Amino acid sequence: MLKINQLHKSYPIGDSSLHVLKGIDLKVEEGEMVAIMGSSGSGKSTLLNIIGMLDEADSGDYILDGLPIKDLTEKKAAVYRNKFLGFIFQSFNLINYKNALENVALPLYYQGMKRKERQEMAMFHLEKVGLSDWAKHLPKELSGGQNQRVAIARALAANPKLLLADEPTGALDTKTSHEIMAFIQQLNDEGKTILMVTHEEDIAGMCKRIVRLRDGVIMEDKKVEQVRAEQYV
Amino acid sequence: MFDLDLWREIFQSINMNRTRSLLSGFTVAFAILLFTILFGIANGLQNTFAEAFIDDATNSIFIQSGKTTKAHKGLQAGRRINFKNEDFDFVKEEFGNKVEFITARIYRNVQASFRNEQSSYTLRAVHPDHQFLEKTMIRDGRYINQSDIQNRTKVVVIGRLVEEDLFIKTTALGKYINLSGIQYKVVGVFTDDGGDNEERLIYMPVSTAQHLYGNNDYIDQINLTYNPEMDYDEALSFGNLITKKMKDRFSVAKSDQRAIRVRNMAEGTKAVGQMTFGLSVIILVIGFGTLIAGIVGVSNIMIFIVKERTKEIGIRKALGASPRSIVSIILIESILITAIAGYVGLLIGVGVLELVEPILKVYFIKDPGVSNSLVIGATITLITAGAIAGYLPAKKASKIKPIVALRND
Repeated sequence: MLKINQLHKSYPIGDSSLHVLKGIDLKVEEGEMVAIMGSSGSGKSTLLNIIGMLDEADSGDYILDGLPIKDLTEKKAAVYRNKFLGFIFQSFNLINYKNALENVALPLYYQGMKRKERQEMAMFHLEKVGLSDWAKHLPKELSGGQNQRVAIARALAANPKLLLADEPTGALDTKTSHEIMAFIQQLNDEGKTILMVTHEEDIAGMCKRIVRLRDGVIMEDKKVEQVRAEQYV
Repeated sequence: MFDLDLWREIFQSINMNRTRSLLSGFTVAFAILLFTILFGIANGLQNTFAEAFIDDATNSIFIQSGKTTKAHKGLQAGRRINFKNEDFDFVKEEFGNKVEFITARIYRNVQASFRNEQSSYTLRAVHPDHQFLEKTMIRDGRYINQSDIQNRTKVVVIGRLVEEDLFIKTTALGKYINLSGIQYKVVGVFTDDGGDNEERLIYMPVSTAQHLYGNNDYIDQINLTYNPEMDYDEALSFGNLITKKMKDRFSVAKSDQRAIRVRNMAEGTKAVGQMTFGLSVIILVIGFGTLIAGIVGVSNIMIFIVKERTKEIGIRKALGASPRSIVSIILIESILITAIAGYVGLLIGVGVLELVEPILKVYFIKDPGVSNSLVIGATITLITAGAIAGYLPAKKASKIKPIVALRND
């Protein structure tokens, strides 16, 4: 599904540069649910952004579903992102002047789907996250948990192969966090490959595999017994 | 190709971000409004100038006679020079095709009456060509013609205000008017742009006046227009040539300024031309100034809009928006706002000009206004400039790495 070889990334800071990723090797199979952990500055978000084609690596190989991701034109990167990846962000990143349904339908718009079709599809996904009654509401009229569920519905809308989540529960309280995690686990049960960045041990424990980063290298990579989130809900 | 979804996106963006749309629209509307008003006022000023000098033909030369001030060729100073018909014919033949229109003029003050109304007017006895020299416009009937000259017919052409003064309850055409005791038939009524005085004149065939007032062939003045194809320098030297020939003809000293006076409108025409040119330059400066101010405004707004939308752009890119779709959504939105706002500014500007027109008349500003093509051109310039100015930041925004845009809070 996903293969990374000797990935390096550094950011310029003034005259010097900060070496964030110092040779990452990672392999993720289909159906896995991986938590990337590490203290702040360990490079976990950078790694996720490179995997999500939101950022580019300086060197190293990245192969996604058999396709080498390298020197992509902006246009091609846009197509790949749309086709292969679904994003869930800590701060939801919904477009504030679009209602829930329109936000969910946006990736479908960029796929070139017809309006009626994509509204039906978006509605289907909103129903899946239990928000069909809130379809016409703007993000500011929804709670944090609801917004994150809209974001998840949006990430799912284009039926991506890989779901990337950057601290998906970072802005939510414990109860809502568990609800969201239960939902993400359910998606994984249905076969979606999920990669998430978190710094919370209990959230990481709800994944099937934990990759620990420190100072730009992988310190530990182990499979864990998944803690089900439903029991807390 | 018409992409309904793209337009839907754009209208939603405009509608949901009303403050932003209104603010940017306001700048453009204001620029076009200022442009329209300033340009309109400047145009009005130019109209006033044009009108002040357009009444008489601008290529006229007037030849008048007076008393000599210097002795010359054995003739004493103080001799009175009188033009006669033969002098008129001389000028006409001597200068041939350099002359466009030519007429003699005799002045008389007359007491005119019709029924119980009477008043005094200036009478001008002229040749038919006089109509073109004075730019007299015939409203009813006809002007003096060649057969009037030959037959010394007792006919007159009167000004609009003469008719108004004397012919209280009727029209003048075909009626007989009494001028200092002699009855003349009114064969025409004229109007003139030169003001009320010009419309209180009475025209009569020159031959009739010579016959009835003094029975001589004297002429007070010879007026002519030169061939309009002559340029300024040719016109000046033509005027000088006439002066010289006339002075020779009447044995007047070259340095005698009074005996033969030739007034050449070409000299004034040049001054008016320079004035008009100066005004045009001012108008251009005003126009470009406001336009540049508008362009700078639009550019600023575009940069601001792109900045404000950076995060949205990041989200859209993460969801699979191509750079092109980012550029087009920003550009089309701003072009749409600019076009609508520009049109609104134009409408308000034209409305304001219409409203203040009567007030401005007092300040020598006549018919302030701008041609539609000019304002539409200005709006298009503004839109184009805005688009170009917006394209660069939009292009840049479309190239931002999504992760940078998403971090922008």
